[in-house]
Amino acid sequence: MIAVIDYGLGNVQAFLDIYKRLNLPAYAAKSAEDLSGASRFILPGVGAFDWAMQSLDNSGMRPALEKLVIKEGLPVLGVCVGMQMFANRSDEGDLGGLGWIPGEIKRFDEVNFEQLPHLPHMGWNDVAVTQSNLLLENIAEPQFYFLHSYYFEPRESTCAIGMTDYGGAFTSVVAKNNIYGTQFHPEKSHHWGVSLLKNFAEL
Amino acid sequence: MLRPRITPCLLIHNGGLVKTRKFSDPKYVGDPINAVKIFNEKEVDELIVLDIDASTLGQEPNYALIRSLANECRMPLCYGGGVKNIEQLERIIQLGVEKVAISSAAIVDPDFIAQAAKRLGSQSVVVVLDIKKTGLLRRYEVFIQNGSASSGLSPIDFVEKMESLGAGEIVVNSIDRDGLMQGYDLSLIEAIRNRTSLPITALGGAGSLADIQGLIEKFGIIGAAAGSLFVFKGKYRAVLINYPSRGDKDALVRAGMGRS
Repeated sequence: MIAVIDYGLGNVQAFLDIYKRLNLPAYAAKSAEDLSGASRFILPGVGAFDWAMQSLDNSGMRPALEKLVIKEGLPVLGVCVGMQMFANRSDEGDLGGLGWIPGEIKRFDEVNFEQLPHLPHMGWNDVAVTQSNLLLENIAEPQFYFLHSYYFEPRESTCAIGMTDYGGAFTSVVAKNNIYGTQFHPEKSHHWGVSLLKNFAEL
Repeated sequence: MLRPRITPCLLIHNGGLVKTRKFSDPKYVGDPINAVKIFNEKEVDELIVLDIDASTLGQEPNYALIRSLANECRMPLCYGGGVKNIEQLERIIQLGVEKVAISSAAIVDPDFIAQAAKRLGSQSVVVVLDIKKTGLLRRYEVFIQNGSASSGLSPIDFVEKMESLGAGEIVVNSIDRDGLMQGYDLSLIEAIRNRTSLPITALGGAGSLADIQGLIEKFGIIGAAAGSLFVFKGKYRAVLINYPSRGDKDALVRAGMGRS
């Protein structure tokens, strides 16, 4: 059973619809109690870093989620700012991150862009698989929808499993043990995103 | 490689979907949710939905409608119409919308864009500029309240201000070309392109896929939005929701980017 964390940000329903079409059980978790019984978690996100951290704190789900993911080792997938929260800190905010995957969230340096537009990185772009991982298996010519000005720079290069080119290569998919994250929005990326979410459900 | 975006733009009026000409003369083209379902099947790049009543009538955004649009949309959704404070922005994002378009409120109170960007992040803050040529000199001017009132502002100067305050995208919407299907206003788009590094989405005038290809040839990475092109077929404007197939779209983009 997949719990999609409903902490106020991100399109929870889009994930639930995809899993419904895939005939895989998923539900929205709105409280710490809702989390028990799930075998894996999705942390969605649209919004600025501090708003996302505050919202997760206010939801009351953070301690329970940390226990399930860190102590019990259940799989979690963070999406966009949901993934960025896994880092230790962000250029975008003042609050600390969850620190589940060591690294920081950095703003793209605009001097690297030779053409217009610069930021945000907005639209459909390719993902190159740099470390083989079940999450990214069997997705032909993967392209996904991106909408962001900040990216994850993991401290350990082994945590970068997918890269994307935008004014240079940046990490677009991270993984460390049971913790996974995508900078792009699989829930809004048509059949490519559906394949990735199916992979996550079957990890 | 980042690709240009080809984006249908749908207008909501009296709860239904309409298409206008020069911002007037709305023609009913169907049910919004039904249109979204068709665009899902066609795997469109993004969708823009603008409620053209909310601002003019001073109404609150229709949250029930936004919720059902966001729930139904399998592609990124930008919603606009009647958004003028942070509470509304938060609520719309929380309903599952990726980007919120702000028009009149940004022009009346530019600082609203700074507050919006701080809360949502720039990536979700879209400024829509409704632009018309006015006066003896036919100068470009930004209009508000769904094209009914002039702001007296030049869009080319105003766009710099929007970028400095934290906007994440500029939709350049030509009132003069709306619904005419005779091509984008390329000189207007170029004037704005020269003044900002933000992503731009062109709207108003697209009458064929060749117009979209021409836009991409000229500007590279850009959003090519269109209303009539994706809801009408033929010279009698028969309603038919349509969008290029993936193969056709890829070929168009490759040709436009000079990679064919």
